[in-house]
Amino acid sequence: MEKLSISILLTISLLPFLCSSFSPESPTDRRILVLLDDFSFKSSHSIFFNSLKSRGFDLDFKLADDPKLALQRYGQYLYDGLVLFSPSVERFGGALDLAAVLDFVDSGHDLIVAADASASDLIKSIATECGVDFDEDPSAMVIDHKKYAVSEIEGDHTLIAADDLIQSDVILGKTKIEAPVLFKGIAHSINVANGLALKVLSASPSAYSANPNSKLSSPPSLTGSAISLVSVMQARNNARIMITGSLDIFSNRFFTSSVQNAESKIKYDKSGNEQFVTELSKWIFHERGHLKAVNVRHHKVGEADEPAMYRIKDDLDFSVEIYEWSGKSWEPYVADDVQVQFYMMSPYVLKTLSTDQKGLYHASFKVPDVYGVFQFKVEYQRLGYTSLSLSKQIPVRPFRHNEYERFITTAFPYYGASFATMAGFFIFSFVYLYNK
Amino acid sequence: MADPENAMGATTLRYAFGNVLSFFILLLIGVLAFSIRLFSVIKYESVIHEFDPYFNYRVTQFLTKNGIYDFWNWFDDRTWYPLGRVIGGTVYPGLTLTAGTLWWILNSLNVPLSVETVCVFTAPIFSAFASWATYLLTKEVKGAGAGLTAAALLAMVPSYISRSVAGSYDNEAVAIFALIFTFYLYIKTLNTGSLFYATLNALAYFYMVCSWGGYTFIINLIPMHVLLCIVTGRYSSRLYIAYAPFVVLGTLLAALVPVVGFNAVMTSEHFASFLVFIIIHVVAFVYYIKGILSPKMFKVAVMLVISVGLAVCCAVMAILIALVASSPTKGWSGRSLSLLDPTYASKYIPIIASVSEHQPPTWPSYFMDINVLAFLVPAGIIACFLPLSDASSFVVLYIVTSVYFSGVMVRLMLVLAPAACIMSGIALSEAFHVFTRSIKFQLPGLLGSSQVDSGDASSSTVVAQNDAGKVEKTEDTAKERPSKKNKKKEKEIVDKPSLKTKIEKRLLVLPLEASIFAILLLVLLGAFYVVHCVWAAAEAYSAPSIVLTSHSPDGGLHVFDDFREAYAWLSHNTEVDDKVASWWDYGYQTTAMANRTVIVDNNTWNNTHIATVGTAMSSPEKAAWEIFNSLDVKYVLVVFGGLVGYPSDDINKFLWMVRIGGGVFPHIKEPDYLRDGHYRIDSQATPTMLNCLMYKLSYYRFVETDGKGFDRVRRTEIGKKHFKLTHFEEVFTTHHWMVRIYKLKPPKNRIRGKAKKLKSKTSTTTSTKRSGANKRNPWH
Repeated sequence: MEKLSISILLTISLLPFLCSSFSPESPTDRRILVLLDDFSFKSSHSIFFNSLKSRGFDLDFKLADDPKLALQRYGQYLYDGLVLFSPSVERFGGALDLAAVLDFVDSGHDLIVAADASASDLIKSIATECGVDFDEDPSAMVIDHKKYAVSEIEGDHTLIAADDLIQSDVILGKTKIEAPVLFKGIAHSINVANGLALKVLSASPSAYSANPNSKLSSPPSLTGSAISLVSVMQARNNARIMITGSLDIFSNRFFTSSVQNAESKIKYDKSGNEQFVTELSKWIFHERGHLKAVNVRHHKVGEADEPAMYRIKDDLDFSVEIYEWSGKSWEPYVADDVQVQFYMMSPYVLKTLSTDQKGLYHASFKVPDVYGVFQFKVEYQRLGYTSLSLSKQIPVRPFRHNEYERFITTAFPYYGASFATMAGFFIFSFVYLYNK
Repeated sequence: MADPENAMGATTLRYAFGNVLSFFILLLIGVLAFSIRLFSVIKYESVIHEFDPYFNYRVTQFLTKNGIYDFWNWFDDRTWYPLGRVIGGTVYPGLTLTAGTLWWILNSLNVPLSVETVCVFTAPIFSAFASWATYLLTKEVKGAGAGLTAAALLAMVPSYISRSVAGSYDNEAVAIFALIFTFYLYIKTLNTGSLFYATLNALAYFYMVCSWGGYTFIINLIPMHVLLCIVTGRYSSRLYIAYAPFVVLGTLLAALVPVVGFNAVMTSEHFASFLVFIIIHVVAFVYYIKGILSPKMFKVAVMLVISVGLAVCCAVMAILIALVASSPTKGWSGRSLSLLDPTYASKYIPIIASVSEHQPPTWPSYFMDINVLAFLVPAGIIACFLPLSDASSFVVLYIVTSVYFSGVMVRLMLVLAPAACIMSGIALSEAFHVFTRSIKFQLPGLLGSSQVDSGDASSSTVVAQNDAGKVEKTEDTAKERPSKKNKKKEKEIVDKPSLKTKIEKRLLVLPLEASIFAILLLVLLGAFYVVHCVWAAAEAYSAPSIVLTSHSPDGGLHVFDDFREAYAWLSHNTEVDDKVASWWDYGYQTTAMANRTVIVDNNTWNNTHIATVGTAMSSPEKAAWEIFNSLDVKYVLVVFGGLVGYPSDDINKFLWMVRIGGGVFPHIKEPDYLRDGHYRIDSQATPTMLNCLMYKLSYYRFVETDGKGFDRVRRTEIGKKHFKLTHFEEVFTTHHWMVRIYKLKPPKNRIRGKAKKLKSKTSTTTSTKRSGANKRNPWH
C-alpha cells in the first residue's frame, strides 16, 4: 500500500521504475489497455501485440464499448498505457469518455490512437485535443499518384509507400528503416506553432487528401508534405502519444507484405512497417529517450558543502547527473551539448557542461559581479528526448563590510594628505599656543 | 549687574521649589505623552501598525537574532525578487538599533519581553523623550515656563500622535526626538559657546542621520540660521563654535551611516552647509583682521579680500554648478525636488506622487493635526521678536521653513508640529506671564497688605512655572554675559534690560478683570486643545490599519481582520520559496507576516520593477501571466474593498499602477483605461479596463455575492459580471473579500489542435462531453 501511494506522488520521470511496483501481482509487467472495435483485430494485428508482449508488457484487450471499461479505480490508474484500435467507436463503454482519456494523458500515461477511414468524431476529438487535426472531410483518404505502393489492384493509389521519416535515432532507433512504410488511411495535419507535436512519417509532396471514389471538385484542403501520416506528441508532463490515420499500418498484412514504390525500381520483400511501428512503440512506451537529472550539486571551489548563499565573484563548481532509461535500467546519458545557466531574469553565465561519460556533468565558473537571487538552470530540450528543465535557486550577496580591501594603493596620496594635515595642525597649534 | 544675584540669594528656596515642581511636571508630561499613545493597544491590541513598521519590525527581529554585523551586511533575498535588497546599506538603522538595544538591555536585566512588545512601545517612549527635548529647547529660547508649556503641548499634539502611537514603529518615532534634541544642542552651544555642547550636537545629529532621511532638514536649517545671523550682523565666536565643528564632525559622522555614505558630500541637499561653512570662515577672518588692523588699513584689506574672495567664490560656484548640472537630476533626489517644486513629483515621478502622504495637505488637516496651535503660532512669533535673540530667531526660522514644507507634503506636518508647539508654548507662556504679572502687581493694591514676592502663596502652578521660567532666564543671561567677548554684543546686552523693564511696565497696566478673563479664556483654549488631542488619539489615529473596525447601526463593533487572515493563509498553505506578487503597498506586510518572497515592496527603490508589476496588473490575463511567470511568481494577491466598502483597495490605486507601468512600458496608456477622462468600472468602462488583470482578479465571482455585483466603494454596479479566469485560479478569498489570492495555473499539458469546426459538427452528446473536458482543462 505504501508503495502504491508513493507512486501516485512521483512524477513521470520515474515512471518506468514505478511501473514495476505498480501492480503488486505481476511486478515486472507494465499493463496496457487495448481497446478494439472487434476482437478479430487481436489476430489480424497479432505481430504488433506479440512484440509488445515480448517486451514485457501486459496487454488487456477489451471491446471499446465494453460497459465495464474503466481506466482507474479508487483514484488509481489501472493501466500505464492505452492503445485505441477502435476507430469507429462513437462512444466508449463504462466510465471511459473523452475527458477520462485526456485525464489519463495529463496524469502522465501514454496513448496510441489509430484511426482509419471510418474514424468517429470521438477519435477525432481525442486527436484534436492532442494537437492533431484530422481531415474534416469524413470520406477523404490520402492519395498519392506518384508514391503509391505497387499492388495487385491497379489504380488504387490510396495504399502509399511512404519513406519521408523523421531524422531521429531516438524516436526511430539506430537502425535505419530501409523499406518504405505502407500506409492506407486518412490524413491529418499539425499546427506549425505547436511545439509539442511532431510529424514522424510525412506524406510526399505529391500526396493529397480527398475522396478517392469521387471526382475532385474543389482543391483538397490538405496537400503535399503538410499531410502527416504518423505523428507523435510529447506532452509537457512527458506523456507520449502516437496518432496515425491508418489502423492497417499495425496489421500483420502490412507487416509481412512486400513493397515497391511506384517511382523506384527496388522491391523490398518486407515492408518497413514492422520495424517502424516497433521502434516507435518503444519510444512511445518510454523505452528510449527518457532522461532524468539527479543529484544537482554546487559548491565553492575547494569546498564540499553546498552553501546557502554565494558571494559575488566566488568560484563555484556545478554538477548534475543525467541518465537515460533503457527499458530495463538507467544508463548514463552522454552528450556534449548540455548547458547550465546562471540565471537572474536573463542568463548571466551560460556554460556547456563537460561529461565524464558516466552520466556526471560538470562545470565550474565564477559568479558574476551582480548580486541578486540567481538560479542554476538546466534547460535541455532535444528532439525525441523528454525535456529536462530543472532550476535551483541560490542567492548571491555583495561583499561584506570587511571583505573589501582595507587600503587601496591608489589612495595613498590621500592617506598621506590627511596625515600631513593632522600633523600640520598639531604643530601649528603647538606653535601658536606656546610661542609667546 | 548685581540685581539678579541679589534676587537669587533672596529666593533660593523658592527657586528650589520651582525646580522640583518643574521636574515633577516634566515627569507627568512624560507620563502623559506615553499614556496618550496607548489607546491603540487598549482599543485594539499590542500589534505593529500599517506597512513600514512591519519592515522595521522584521529588521529588528533579524538584528536581535543575528547581531549587528549580520544586520549591517544583510542581503535580503526575500524581497524584490529576483534582485534582492541590501538591507544593511539601504535602511536608516537608528530606529532598529534603538529598539534592538532596548530589547537587549531589558533581556540582560532578565525582563523577558518579546521583540514585538519592545517595538510597539518604542514610539511612546520616545515621544516622552521628545517632549523633554522640547522643554530643553524652549527653555533655551524663552525660559522654563515656555519650555514646560511647549513640552505639554508637544506631548499630545495630534500630528505627532499620528506617527507615534503604540505600534507605529516607524523612523519618525525616534527621529522627532533626535530632531528636537539636535536643535536644542545647537541652541545650547549658541548660547554658551561651549565646544562640549558642539560635540554633543554633532553626535545628536549623527543619531538623527541614523534615524531618518529628514536629517537634511537639519543640515539645511542650521546653515540658514547661521547665514541669517551673519547677515543681520549677529556673528559671534559662539556662532562659529556652534556651526563649524557641527558641519565637520556631523558630515564625517553622517558619512559613516551606510545609507548616506558619500551622499553626505555629493548631493545638493548638503551643499548649503558647505557654502555657509566657507562663508562663516570668511566672516570670521574678516572680524579677525578688523580686530588687528587700524580702520584705514582695514578698508584696504576689505577691498583686497572682497576682490580675491569674489574671484574664489565665483570659481567655486562655477565648479559646483558644472558638477551639479552634469548629473541628470541636477544632484537632487526626487523627493527633495518635490519639496522645492511641489508640482515636480506629480509631473515626473508617479511613484512619489502615488503615495498619499506625499500629497499636499488640505486646510482641514492643519486644524486636525495642530488644532489651536495654528492660532497661537503667530503670537509665538511675535513673542520671539520681543526681544529677538539668536535662539529665538532660530525658532522663527524653524517655524517658517516647516510651515512651507508641511504645505508641500502631508508627511512633513510632523516637522511642523514641534515648531508649532514651541511657538505656542512661548505664546501661551508669555501671555500667562503678562496676565499673572499684572494680577500679581494689582493684588497688593486690592489686598493692601502683601508684597510682590508673597504672591506665590495664592498663585496657581502656572504662576509658579512662569516665575521659575523667568528666574532661569535671567540666570541664563547672567551666565552668558561673562562668556561674551565681542564688544558689539556687550552693547546690545546693556540695552536689553532697560528695554525689558519698559515693556514690562507698559504691560503691567492691564486691568485685573481683563487679565483674569483672558486667563480663563486661555485655559478654555487649552482645555479645548486637550479634548481634541485626546479625541484624535483615541479615535482618529489609533487604528492599526491591518485590523479595521466598523460600528453597526445597533452600536455593535464589527472587526475586519482580513489582512492577517490572508497572510496567515499564505504562510500555512504555500511553499517557503513561493513568490507572491502584489502591489507594492503590501510587500512589507507579506514578507513580515506571511514570510513569503515578494516582487516589490514599500521601499520603492526600483521603479522599473514596480512598473513591471503595474504593467502586469494592467495587462490582459495572458500577458500578465507571462510577466508573472517570467518572475517565477506563484501567487497574486489583490486587495478588494468592494464588498465591505474599504476605500483604499487596489481598484482605487489602479490608476497609479497604470501610470507607473506606462511610465516605463509605453504600450500601457492611461487614456485606454478612462472613459472620457473618467475612471469607472461600471458598464461604461472601456474594454481595456474590463479586461485587465486587476479588474478580473478583483471582481471574479463578485456577482455571486449579491447577484448584481454592486461595488460599495465605487457605488456602482460593475461593468462585466460573468467571466472566467483562464490563466489564474482563485485559491483563497478572505471572509470579507478584502484580500483575494490567486494562483498562476501551470502551462497546459497539451496544445490543442486548430480544428474548431469539428466542434460544431459533433453530435450533442460529444459536445457536452467536450465542454466537460474543457472545464477540467480550461487552458486555451
